[in-house]
Amino acid sequence: MPGPSGDAHVVLERAWQDHWARLLALLVGRFRRLDLAEDALAEAFAAAVRTWPHDGIPDSPAAWLLTAARRRALDQVRAEAIARRREPLMVVDAEARAHAAQAIDVGGHVPDERLRMLFTCCHPALSADARAALALRFVNGLSVTEIARLFLVQESTMAARLTRAKKKVAAAGIPFTLPAADRLADRLDVVAAVIYLVFTAGYAPATGDDPVRTSSAAEAIRLAQVLDGLLPNQPVVLALLGLMTLQHSRRDARVADDGGLVLLPEQDRSRWHASEIRSGLDLLGRVPPDTSGLALEYLLQGRIAAEHASAARAADTRWHRIATLYAELEALTGSPVVRLARAVAVLEDDGPEAALALLAGLEDRLPHHHRLPAVRAELLARAGRAPEAVASFHAAIELCSNAAERDHLRRRAAEVGGQTGLGPEPSG
Amino acid sequence: MKIAVFLYQDESIWANATEAEQEQWMGEHDAFSEAARQRGKIIAGEALATVSTATTVRRHGDQVSLTDGPFAETAEQLGGFYVLDVPDLDVAVDLVKLLPEYTVELRPITEY
Repeated sequence: MPGPSGDAHVVLERAWQDHWARLLALLVGRFRRLDLAEDALAEAFAAAVRTWPHDGIPDSPAAWLLTAARRRALDQVRAEAIARRREPLMVVDAEARAHAAQAIDVGGHVPDERLRMLFTCCHPALSADARAALALRFVNGLSVTEIARLFLVQESTMAARLTRAKKKVAAAGIPFTLPAADRLADRLDVVAAVIYLVFTAGYAPATGDDPVRTSSAAEAIRLAQVLDGLLPNQPVVLALLGLMTLQHSRRDARVADDGGLVLLPEQDRSRWHASEIRSGLDLLGRVPPDTSGLALEYLLQGRIAAEHASAARAADTRWHRIATLYAELEALTGSPVVRLARAVAVLEDDGPEAALALLAGLEDRLPHHHRLPAVRAELLARAGRAPEAVASFHAAIELCSNAAERDHLRRRAAEVGGQTGLGPEPSG
Repeated sequence: MKIAVFLYQDESIWANATEAEQEQWMGEHDAFSEAARQRGKIIAGEALATVSTATTVRRHGDQVSLTDGPFAETAEQLGGFYVLDVPDLDVAVDLVKLLPEYTVELRPITEY
């Protein structure tokens, strides 16, 4: 019968989207084991796929799934205990009964459990890559396939990374708890950095042919929104969410119809999402002005994004203000990548010679980084030094691994070379 | 969970320390031990003699060879260890913060 069976699948699909991450957090809260909770919940969903079309959809799909998963997890714990012959069966049974007696309220305690899950996935004892993968798997509920695609690695590689990470969580004794109050700020910084790593994974892919993998950015924003909802008014979270919201508001204008990358000045500003810009500005406005550290870093980046977002036309951009913000950001971070971005702002504010001066000595600090020759090429072109600019574009093309960015650089090299009668050099 | 706490430090730091410094570090070990007893248990804890006293033994079949010195030459040497029984990794990290400035490796103990 297609009718009821079709309904069951729709309900299941929705249950997966709405409840998977919450149910998983509840199960981990009960059993303290990621792998056990994950397997048990997968089996519960599999059981639902088998039985709901025949037996009908339960009144509360989430409660049904949780009960089924909990039963399976208990069976597994029992089986393991028997296999190890460490605990007498009676103890396990008593424990099982105690667990079963503690009915879990699907609606209650969930925020707490999900927050614990996020802090567990982003524990500093894990590697940065492992943190991001765990958070996407267990907080956002993405599949291994989806996470592998976001990070541009083989599915088997990502599966192995997740397995290793889960093993580390269990074996190292990483607790499923909220950090103590005196550690909260440090731990929140780690979580924020993980979220921003996920976000930038979508925005600056090192390889691949898709210039902006927006789904990764959207997942990062979702993570930050979950965090902001659970632990409201944290400066680092507000600043990060504001920054990401503003940057993400331009996503539709960043990609041309032919799939090419559209840079900020040429973007059709009517395609920016105005409501998102408003909400990004609002988030930044809620960051306390005396903020410091990572929160300040995100706040300054957010204010730069806000300057761009608030300019009605590219010509209206307040470049002096942006150059000043970049100088503050560079003083705070000491980052050569920030210096590079600052040079671009100084170009618009103060001209190409002042900007070129800022690039002096950056080769040592940014070796093999295609953006450095790419930016230098644009500065040289603006200074009227076309032959040097073309050579610098080609140096950038050599180093760049993103197809869309490479096309853009080739186009620019041809334009700049064409203006002076210099043809583009053959490139491999 | 049981967790081994390995303490690494350049041995010359201890050897060249003043008596007052050594006393201060011992005081920090005492504070660590006190806190560890409050939040868990200390199953074992020992200071090791310097690596110059170490003997490395390798067996290949019936052949046993002895070498003077530690298994690996490193800039910082294993100078002591504890074995703790604590609720989780975070508690262990909290506790080792009370110790003198060592490089500390935390290794969970496998239970069979």
